[in-house]
Amino acid sequence: MSTTHEGTRTHEAHDDIPVHLSQLEDVVQLISPTGERLSSPGFDPWVDDVSTEQLADLYEDMVVVRRIDTEATALQRQGELGLWPPLHGQEAAQIGSARTLRPDDFVFSSYRENGVAYCRGVTFTDLMRVWRGTAAAGWNPYEVGMATPAVIIGAQTLHATGYALGASFDGTDSVALAYFGDGATSQGDVNEAMVFAASFQAPVVFFCSNNQWAISEPVGLQSKRHLSDRAPGFGIPSMRVDGNDVLAVMAATRIALDRARSGGGPTFIEAVTYRMGPHTTSDDPTRYRPTGELDEWRAKDPISRVAALLESRGAMSDELRSRVEGKADAVARDLRAGCLSIPQPDPMSVFDDVYAEPHSGLERQKGQYAAYLASFENGHGDGAEGGGAS
Amino acid sequence: MTAFSTGTVPAAGSMATGSHEAPASVPAATRTMSLAGALNDGLRRSLARDDKVLLLGEDIGKLGGVFRITDKLQEEFGPRRVIDAPLAEAGIIGTAVGLAIRGYRPVCEIQFDGFIYPGFDQIVAQVAKLHYRTRGAVTMPITIRVPFGGGIGAVEHHSESPEAYFAHTAGLRVVSCSNPQDAHTMIQQAIASDDPVLFFEPKRRYWQKGEVNTELGADALPIGEARVLQPGSDVTLVAYGPLVRTALDVAAAAADDGVAIEVIDLRSLAPVDFTTVESSVRKTGRLVITHEAAQSGGMGAEIAASITERCFDWLEAAPARVTGFDTPYPPAALEEAFLPDLDRILDAVDRVLGRRNSLTGWEARA
Ligand SMILES: Cc1ncc(C[n+]2csc(CCOP(=O)(O)OP(=O)(O)O)c2C)c(N)n1
Ligand SMILES: [Mg+2]
Repeated sequence: MSTTHEGTRTHEAHDDIPVHLSQLEDVVQLISPTGERLSSPGFDPWVDDVSTEQLADLYEDMVVVRRIDTEATALQRQGELGLWPPLHGQEAAQIGSARTLRPDDFVFSSYRENGVAYCRGVTFTDLMRVWRGTAAAGWNPYEVGMATPAVIIGAQTLHATGYALGASFDGTDSVALAYFGDGATSQGDVNEAMVFAASFQAPVVFFCSNNQWAISEPVGLQSKRHLSDRAPGFGIPSMRVDGNDVLAVMAATRIALDRARSGGGPTFIEAVTYRMGPHTTSDDPTRYRPTGELDEWRAKDPISRVAALLESRGAMSDELRSRVEGKADAVARDLRAGCLSIPQPDPMSVFDDVYAEPHSGLERQKGQYAAYLASFENGHGDGAEGGGAS
Repeated sequence: MTAFSTGTVPAAGSMATGSHEAPASVPAATRTMSLAGALNDGLRRSLARDDKVLLLGEDIGKLGGVFRITDKLQEEFGPRRVIDAPLAEAGIIGTAVGLAIRGYRPVCEIQFDGFIYPGFDQIVAQVAKLHYRTRGAVTMPITIRVPFGGGIGAVEHHSESPEAYFAHTAGLRVVSCSNPQDAHTMIQQAIASDDPVLFFEPKRRYWQKGEVNTELGADALPIGEARVLQPGSDVTLVAYGPLVRTALDVAAAAADDGVAIEVIDLRSLAPVDFTTVESSVRKTGRLVITHEAAQSGGMGAEIAASITERCFDWLEAAPARVTGFDTPYPPAALEEAFLPDLDRILDAVDRVLGRRNSLTGWEARA
């Protein structure tokens, strides 16, 4: 078969994909990287009520969540967890959004939103179960208003849309919030979620944590435009905020939630942030991360800018510092203790929860496996003749 | 190409255009390689041999894939031959279909078994059927590489064995390699095939090492044929991919007990080389099949049924299957329970030999 024609177009090897496409240009920012409170007329009114004490609470949350991340990474290195996906650098995006939610709202997240899970009240033990490899799920979604995380990239955005639709059918003003990454925006599911959400005007918020990378792939490979530029094409209003700015994230999420609660349909938020750690504890970012990039983003750290703002307001007291440190220490201890307390599951539990109703085929396999395990106690396995299962 | 029936790995330069070809008359070269390294070398040779070969997948460029199977290939062949795809499996497979229609020979990498499903529609409705749906005018020489199986302590969706879905689909060829030598030759044969090939790589054996003759050429076993790895007269044990190694351990343990097991590495799951399995079972009269995938509707069911049809009069016992359970792949702490292992397979060997085993009298008790 000869289908190749000498064309007139020249092939540009696409190694010119801009790595830095979605850095911090064109973003809404309310706290500068050095900690000044900047004003932005459309967003300021949404966080006017955030007092200095509340800002200190947000600071505490972010420090605690970073500590959860550090401790979990250590647990993985010590062989206590199979894997951990660090959220280091994304604390403001997670805390600023999750702390605006009501208990009756519902979160649909990826694996990385462990800071969000903390805000929803997931216990430390439950947070560790899946990463320790002892359970298929860490928690009951209904108890915390948060679905168990999606590992299949983007799948949860459709679930959020459907849940939101149900909430509106039920006449409530609850909202579903879907967290996903920059890489996820390439998946069909995410695009279909936006089509469905727009078509039904579902009360859903699409919260995209653009941390610049999908494992080794820079966001410029997924999109030639800001990710937030896509949503309007689906008929969904969007915002692009500094994801390392807890107030900007909070303001944007409140705008989106308010729109959803009042019948205005979906909103897309692109939180521009940075994954300061590896993709997971199995990843080696030195293979692909340009030198200097991490340092550039360290200067935009989400926690130090809130600390600087508190400082400028005279609120960064020794008392606050030691309160926050004390809390972080306690959380790290609880997390470790919670992790180590998780029991090994019983081998027979491999058959649990596959179906909601009895299943004869599985019951048979379960019975045979029980007989197999029992045979070790009965001393079979010596190859002795006897019985004859003919 | 008729790689499936002849097994020929095209000689360097035979289809070629690339500038990386080796001299035509290199002497047979045997090197120690890991299974991963053998795949990497096989891919490199395919890229060098035919400039219509393209690699397409997530993180396969600079990173070299999460398992490093494509390590350094982008550096060597450039980003238009070794392409980091946007994060979308339907996109990867569907784009490969278009490239194939245009005369390319795409090799897609699916990062983990459990991530193939967003591309399932493109595979089943398009890749598998386009030759048929164009009355043969269009070929789909696409290779879809899938690291599969468990045993690595991973989180959910990272340890699955979805091969039966594809073996059930007319128009697809499905293979699995179990050792470095086969990895090296079979990947080149798959790429050279004019049919679409689902290529299942046993991820827990990626770092297993072995001798690889890199210049097998026409001496290579055709990709569609099974291989008798060890002869034996008492029981036929059929395995593929990650469990071939386990099957050999079983044979060694059974030999200590005076039982001679014939181990067959199936290699091709669609089509199955029933000729090889059949002649073995006519000799042994007993068949055990093992795979990690769930039992119901799996490869074991197909092999047991076909062999029962073909060899009913030779069978001394009902074929036995040792498989993953009909459950989702469990969390890491339970995978030891889920995965077929030496003891579970030996138990089934006892069963087909009519010896006392865990199910002796079970039907009566249950
Ligand atoms: C359907 C599917 N394909 C591939 C993967 C493998 N994978 C896991 S995370 C990831 C990158 C995700 O990037 P992004 O959406 O930006 O989220 P981030 O990890 O940066 O938070 C990939 C490719 C997967 N989990 N699911
Ligand atoms: Mg990302």
